[in-house]
Amino acid sequence: MINALLAVYRRELTSYFQTPLAYVFLAVFALCAPAFTFHVGRFFDTNRADLAPMFDWMPWLLVILMPALAMRSWAEERDRGTLEFLMALPIPLWASTFGKFLAAWSVAAAALILTWPLWIAVNYLGSPDNTAIATGYLGALFLAGGYLAVGQALSATTSNQVVAFVLGCGAAFLLTMAGLPLVLSGLGEGAPVWLTEFIAGLSALEHYNAFRYGVIGLPDLVYFIGLIAASLSCAGVLIAERRGGGR
Amino acid sequence: MLVADRLIKNFGSHRAVDDISFTLERGEVLGFLGPNGAGKTTTMRMLAGCLEPDGGSASIAGYDCVAQRLEAQSRLGFLPEGAPAYPAMTPRGFVRFGLRARGFAADAVNRATGLAIERTRLGEAADQPIGTLSKGFKRRAALAAAIAHDPAVLVLDEPTDGLDPNQKDGVRNLIREMAHEKAIIISTHILEEVPAVCSRAMIVARGKILFDGSPKTLAEQGQDHTVESAFRDLTLERPQTRESVV
Repeated sequence: MINALLAVYRRELTSYFQTPLAYVFLAVFALCAPAFTFHVGRFFDTNRADLAPMFDWMPWLLVILMPALAMRSWAEERDRGTLEFLMALPIPLWASTFGKFLAAWSVAAAALILTWPLWIAVNYLGSPDNTAIATGYLGALFLAGGYLAVGQALSATTSNQVVAFVLGCGAAFLLTMAGLPLVLSGLGEGAPVWLTEFIAGLSALEHYNAFRYGVIGLPDLVYFIGLIAASLSCAGVLIAERRGGGR
Repeated sequence: MLVADRLIKNFGSHRAVDDISFTLERGEVLGFLGPNGAGKTTTMRMLAGCLEPDGGSASIAGYDCVAQRLEAQSRLGFLPEGAPAYPAMTPRGFVRFGLRARGFAADAVNRATGLAIERTRLGEAADQPIGTLSKGFKRRAALAAAIAHDPAVLVLDEPTDGLDPNQKDGVRNLIREMAHEKAIIISTHILEEVPAVCSRAMIVARGKILFDGSPKTLAEQGQDHTVESAFRDLTLERPQTRESVV
């Protein structure tokens, strides 16, 4: 079964690079990350040699760019009819789902690696806490994985890639916003504590921030792995449902 | 080799396939005929494990298409309707993907890919992106992926649709070549194909089997003793009969 997973992974990864998608994505990411860091994040005004301005803006960059990477995963297969070919292959659905996810996640990892000039720059300008930077990158990778998995699950609901993108952005935005005071205070004074805590616990931002302080906490790992697993399971169930033919 | 046992499939309140049963042995080529919307594609999708029946069952080489899907599918080559393929891939890459997913080792992948490309006469088109190829080559790319793993059962949904006369002839020859060692079902709208390729013909309309027998017997049923006239008589007569009953 691992053969099937690797075959899907390889096909998906190749397909990102057979079309301009991966190149456009990587170029946009490589340009946006420094732009956010230097201009919006006011890197030089902070007078500190660390990557905090980049990691501050990373979730918002990922909210837009990860759904762009995830939108095609199932919607395109449904639109082109290749889902029929895939479903007639003797491979379990989890292998296709996971293979597709890993391929998109690899492209996301490549995009994060492309921000290396910023890391070199802060090390040239001062002596940053490289451990915190490394865990920050790990957090960003998990955050990207979470958004991708959610985006792929939503891509399985439609044969229209634009719809998949908009749904993906919306879901990633909600996941990010859940922990912000804006949303929590919006619940009102009378909201039970458990509800406020539950919604705050759903926040991807909260768990991502934990990584940025150089700590790899078990709850944060469990959160992201759980989010990825749950979303991919949803995608698998939605595709498996198609065998029923609308029963 | 292939058994369809009282297959039923509903889409909402519409019954697309209504109690279809047949068996197919090695060496048989079954021509699956019927007007549009007759239930041919739905039946083939159920045989391929892409769709689960609402009633009845199907099996390939003794393996149930639902309960033992992976075993059944590994013995099946399926050409879906419209011959879908990934446009950015080359036919060679497409065939290789299918073989790798089926767990073929690297050298077996190369050997089987070469053979499938040769048999479907893809030639130089084998290394061009599928999106840039003509309809005929696209269909042959999908056909190559369906036959590459040398399956015991082939389910081909309109394998010659969109091909020019020479290409059609090539595909028919390929089906004839493979016929003695496999059980093959082809659906087609091209009735002249039936006596040319098939050892057995089946006419389906409104989800039911109206005829199952040899192409010769089918032709004999027509007013002017052709498959075309038999097809017309069988499929056009039905609504009148039904209306007269109502």
